[in-house]
Amino acid sequence: MVLSLTVVCLVCSTILGFVYKSTAEPIRKAEIAKTNASIGEVVPAFDNTPSEEDTVVTVGGNSYSVFIAKNGGDIVGYAIKSHSTGFGGVINLMVGVTPDRMIYNTSVISMSETPGLGARIVPYGKFNAQFKGWDPDKKVLKVKKDGGDVDAITAATITSRAFTAAINNALAVFDRIKNVKTDMSNGQVQQ
Amino acid sequence: MDRFNNKLGIVRRGMINNNPTFMLILGMCPTLGTTTSAINGLCMGLATMFVLILSNTIISAVAKFIPDKVRIPCYIVIIASLVSVLQLLMQVYVPALYKTLGIYIPLIVVNCIILGRAEAYAKSHSVGDSALDGLGVGLGFTLALTVLGMVRELLGNLSFFGLKLAHADGMLAFVLAPGAFLVLAYLIVIFRKLTAKIINK
Repeated sequence: MVLSLTVVCLVCSTILGFVYKSTAEPIRKAEIAKTNASIGEVVPAFDNTPSEEDTVVTVGGNSYSVFIAKNGGDIVGYAIKSHSTGFGGVINLMVGVTPDRMIYNTSVISMSETPGLGARIVPYGKFNAQFKGWDPDKKVLKVKKDGGDVDAITAATITSRAFTAAINNALAVFDRIKNVKTDMSNGQVQQ
Repeated sequence: MDRFNNKLGIVRRGMINNNPTFMLILGMCPTLGTTTSAINGLCMGLATMFVLILSNTIISAVAKFIPDKVRIPCYIVIIASLVSVLQLLMQVYVPALYKTLGIYIPLIVVNCIILGRAEAYAKSHSVGDSALDGLGVGLGFTLALTVLGMVRELLGNLSFFGLKLAHADGMLAFVLAPGAFLVLAYLIVIFRKLTAKIINK
C-alpha cells in the first residue's frame, strides 16, 4: 500500500519536475514578449528594448513599473504599467504617455470584469479609442457622471471609473518622474 | 467488422448515453462558467478531453498494481499531475487562452467527470477501451460546451465564434449566469429528445 503510493507520487513528481524545467524558459519568454507587445501598442515607434529598461516608481504607496521607449536616443514615450480595482478584481493597464504629457494609447494587460459588460474594455471599441491622444490639461479624466469628459460604458460605470483611475495613476507616476528629473537638473535631488 | 463496431460503440456510449453534461449532469462548474463564448467552450472541452483520455489510459494501465484502499489518492495524484502538465504547456503555447480559462484549468483536477470515469470505467477495462471511453466522453463534453457557448454567444453578443454578425448589443442576460442555466436546460431537453431513439435501442 505504502509502496504503491510512494511509487505513484515519485513517478508523477519526476515527470512534473521535468516538464516544469523544460517549460520555465519558454514561459518567461512568452511573458516578456507579451509585455513588449503591450508596450509597442501604447507608445510611438521606438528602437530600443523598453522591457529591459524598466524603473520602478512608487506613488501613494503603490509601485509602478515604467518602461521608457526611445528612438535614436530621444525619449518618445513612457509605458506605465498601472492598475486599479474594478468591479471583478484588479484591472492591469499599460498606459502610454508622451513626453509632452499626452495619453498616446492604452492597452489592457489583465482584468476579470463581467463578460458582456465591463469586459468590453478589452475588444478595443469606442471606450478605449476616446483615450487616444487625450490631453489631460484640456479634458478632465473622470467619467461624465462624476463631472468629467470620459464616456463610460453603459451599465459598467464602476469598470469605466476604474479604467479612468488607472490612467490617472499613470499620469501621477509620469509627473513624479518628470519632477525628479527637473529637480535633478536644478541640482536638487528631491523625492 | 464486429470488433470495429464494438469499439465505435464505446465512443458512442461515452458521447451520447454517458454524455456528462446532458445525461449525467456532471461537471456543471466549468460548463456554466466557461461557456460565455463558443471558442471558450470548445477549448475548455478540448482541455478536459486531453486530461480525460490520458488519465483513463494511465489509470487502466496501473489499476492492477494499486491496492483498493489507496486507489483514490493515487488517481488524484495522476490526474493532478496531468492537469499541471497541461497548465504549463498551455502557458507556453496558448497564453491568451490560458488567461481566459484561468481558474477553470486547475479545477479540472476536481472535475467529477474525470474521477468518475476512472472509477466507473478505466479501473475495470483494458487500456485501449479506456482510452476510447475517454475520447467518447471527452467529445461529448466538448460538444456540449461548444453548443452551449455558441447559443449563449449568439443570443448575448450577436456573434458566432467571435465573428460579429450585427452591429448591435445582444441580450446581455445570456452572457451572464442566468442565461447559462436557461440555455443549458433547453439544450438538455433537446438532446434527450433527439437521442432517445438511439439510447432506447
